[in-house]
Amino acid sequence: MPDLSDILEVLLLQNYNTRLVVLSTTLLGIAAGLVGSFLLLRKRSLMGDALSHATLPGIAIAFAVMISLGGDGKSLPALLLGATISGVAGIATMLLIRNTTKLRDDVAMGFVLSVFFGVGVASLRMVQTLPGASAAGLESFIYGKTAGMVQSDFLLIALVAAVASLVSILFLKEFLILCFDDGYAAAQGWPTIFLDVLLLGLVTAVTVIGLQSVGLILVIAFLITPPTAARFWTQRLLPMLLISALIGGASGWLGAVISALTPQLPAGAVIVLVAAALFLISMLFAPTRGVLPRILSQAALRRKEDRQHFLRAVYEILEDQAGEGPVANRSFPYEALFAKRSWTPSQLRGILRIACREDHLEPTPPGRLRLSEPGFGEAARVTRNHRLWETYLIQYADVAPGHVDRDADMVEHILGAELVRELEVKLGGPLPDQTVPPSPHLVGDR
Amino acid sequence: MHTESLSGQAVFPAKHTEPRPEHPPEVPLAIHDLTVAYQRKPVLWDIDLNIPEGKLVGIVGPNGAGKSTLIKACLDLIPRTSGWAHIYGVPYRKARHRVAYVPQRESVDWDFPVNALDVVAMGAYRRLGWFRRVNAAETKRAMEALEQVGIAHLAHRQISQLSGGQQQRVFLARALMQDADLYLMDEPFAAVDAATEQAIVDLLRRLSSEGKTCLVVHHDLATVTSYFDWIVLINMRIVAAGPTAETFTRDNLQKTYGGKLSLLEKAAEALRSTPR
Repeated sequence: MPDLSDILEVLLLQNYNTRLVVLSTTLLGIAAGLVGSFLLLRKRSLMGDALSHATLPGIAIAFAVMISLGGDGKSLPALLLGATISGVAGIATMLLIRNTTKLRDDVAMGFVLSVFFGVGVASLRMVQTLPGASAAGLESFIYGKTAGMVQSDFLLIALVAAVASLVSILFLKEFLILCFDDGYAAAQGWPTIFLDVLLLGLVTAVTVIGLQSVGLILVIAFLITPPTAARFWTQRLLPMLLISALIGGASGWLGAVISALTPQLPAGAVIVLVAAALFLISMLFAPTRGVLPRILSQAALRRKEDRQHFLRAVYEILEDQAGEGPVANRSFPYEALFAKRSWTPSQLRGILRIACREDHLEPTPPGRLRLSEPGFGEAARVTRNHRLWETYLIQYADVAPGHVDRDADMVEHILGAELVRELEVKLGGPLPDQTVPPSPHLVGDR
Repeated sequence: MHTESLSGQAVFPAKHTEPRPEHPPEVPLAIHDLTVAYQRKPVLWDIDLNIPEGKLVGIVGPNGAGKSTLIKACLDLIPRTSGWAHIYGVPYRKARHRVAYVPQRESVDWDFPVNALDVVAMGAYRRLGWFRRVNAAETKRAMEALEQVGIAHLAHRQISQLSGGQQQRVFLARALMQDADLYLMDEPFAAVDAATEQAIVDLLRRLSSEGKTCLVVHHDLATVTSYFDWIVLINMRIVAAGPTAETFTRDNLQKTYGGKLSLLEKAAEALRSTPR
């Protein structure tokens, strides 16, 4: 187990052996986050997957060519060049299949993905048996490996990542209109084919420089996970790009650190798992589109509805008790509530518990209930809003009196103070404070 | 197969020998001999059409009649098998700045990370050119366009949180941003609320009163006569085109919707079943 000082050393890039690797995966993550955002918005994720799998034959062939030229076959730029060429060939095959047959896109992509990958695995085996070849490192392109990195390799990866990031920011507006509405973009005269090729070129570049550390199977996850996670935090493109780059960079950095400290784990898997963890956190907790904030706000609205239904039911009971006289806050039998609304006893117990906590109820003998003074005021206000809205629906929206109670129910819980004032003005001037208009339909008649 | 000949002798159609008619530049849209086919299945046959300036024109026809295809072919969005379409006397690529396109609302993914203002600002992208970001002046114009369609208060709302009618208004505002002379609109009235429908009609009338020409794909026959000055009845070919009062007749509608195209359809069917 590495101790804390080891961890800090790697984390803060003080360890010479891992510094370049950690820096390169961080830069890669930033580029993947930016380019991946557009890939995702263009709905071409699967194409990226086909592309990355199609790089394998190129790696094997580049290796074989280098061996036959008398080298040791381990030059990274040459291997990545081979990967690029066969990746592009894979995409070209896919487009060819799509345009000459009636096969659907996903079929063409699945075909390219599996066939190219199969060819790659087979040719990798074959080049390993070449005389003088030591292809032991080549398998790392499949799963990714953060082995030591020479400076020239690092510079190549850093340069490509920086250029890809800059280009995707530079073409922000052009990629936006392409991804959102390609037909409209073409009608405006934007060269959509060029933009698509450029985007695919960026995806190819990021994929290829990610081959060494993340591996070709998982690099698509590195492209897609950060923007998907970022989408939970924002509703606009620029923040999404920045958050996506941040998540991508953080996963590359943390993943490489963890993998450097535990060399038995494949780096690609660790990096992608870190990205997945960040995705999970975003999906659950992001305030804009996260799952938990949505559940919480729904629960809060339900509690508010329950409270308002309860208070209005009580007010109507008190109206019944008062008959022709003014409505006063008196105690009433617990059972009367069941006649007003179809509550189950356990539901009602929950509502009463909350009402007690909010000081809307006063202590009473068992079987009877009585509102507190603030509770009574609140009940009058809630009932008044409900009736105002009902009256508005009948007068202005032509809603039949028989349906008005249900329709009002749906809206009144979200009425703001401003809307209520507007209602008052519409319905003939502000009503005197705390005056509850009579119900426009028979109270309790549902 | 029978020929159309009545006298028993073969009838040869007149060959297209007349020279290309010259279109004066004030004709917003002139289409000649336009044929469009999707993978050899013809969708539009020999379309000849001249749209007069300053008119509110409806394109009406059954599903699959090629209404959207006609608009897309004029905008060079799909390849033409033959023929041409000229905008104010020149090919579309030279007249882009005079044309605004409103695609079908369902053609885009509305759960996209942009707000209403962002979408409307896209109308200025061509004007801005490469790499230049939307500036304050264009943002102001975008707000004004949203105001014209009555949803300025929703400018900063994410577009999936707009109703269908509001989304349609966003698309119209984006077209207004282009400050065009010819507006091509694909089903702007599809699945919108009554208030939006009225707002769109008002907008179209205003554009038309300013001398702009609007070409609108429409499917609701009940509103044709009240909305449009001029109509094009289409079912793979032009059935009739002209002022609404003279063109929107029972006879023409029968021809458009009543399946009087047996020969064309048979030919299309034959092409469809021929192995490629």
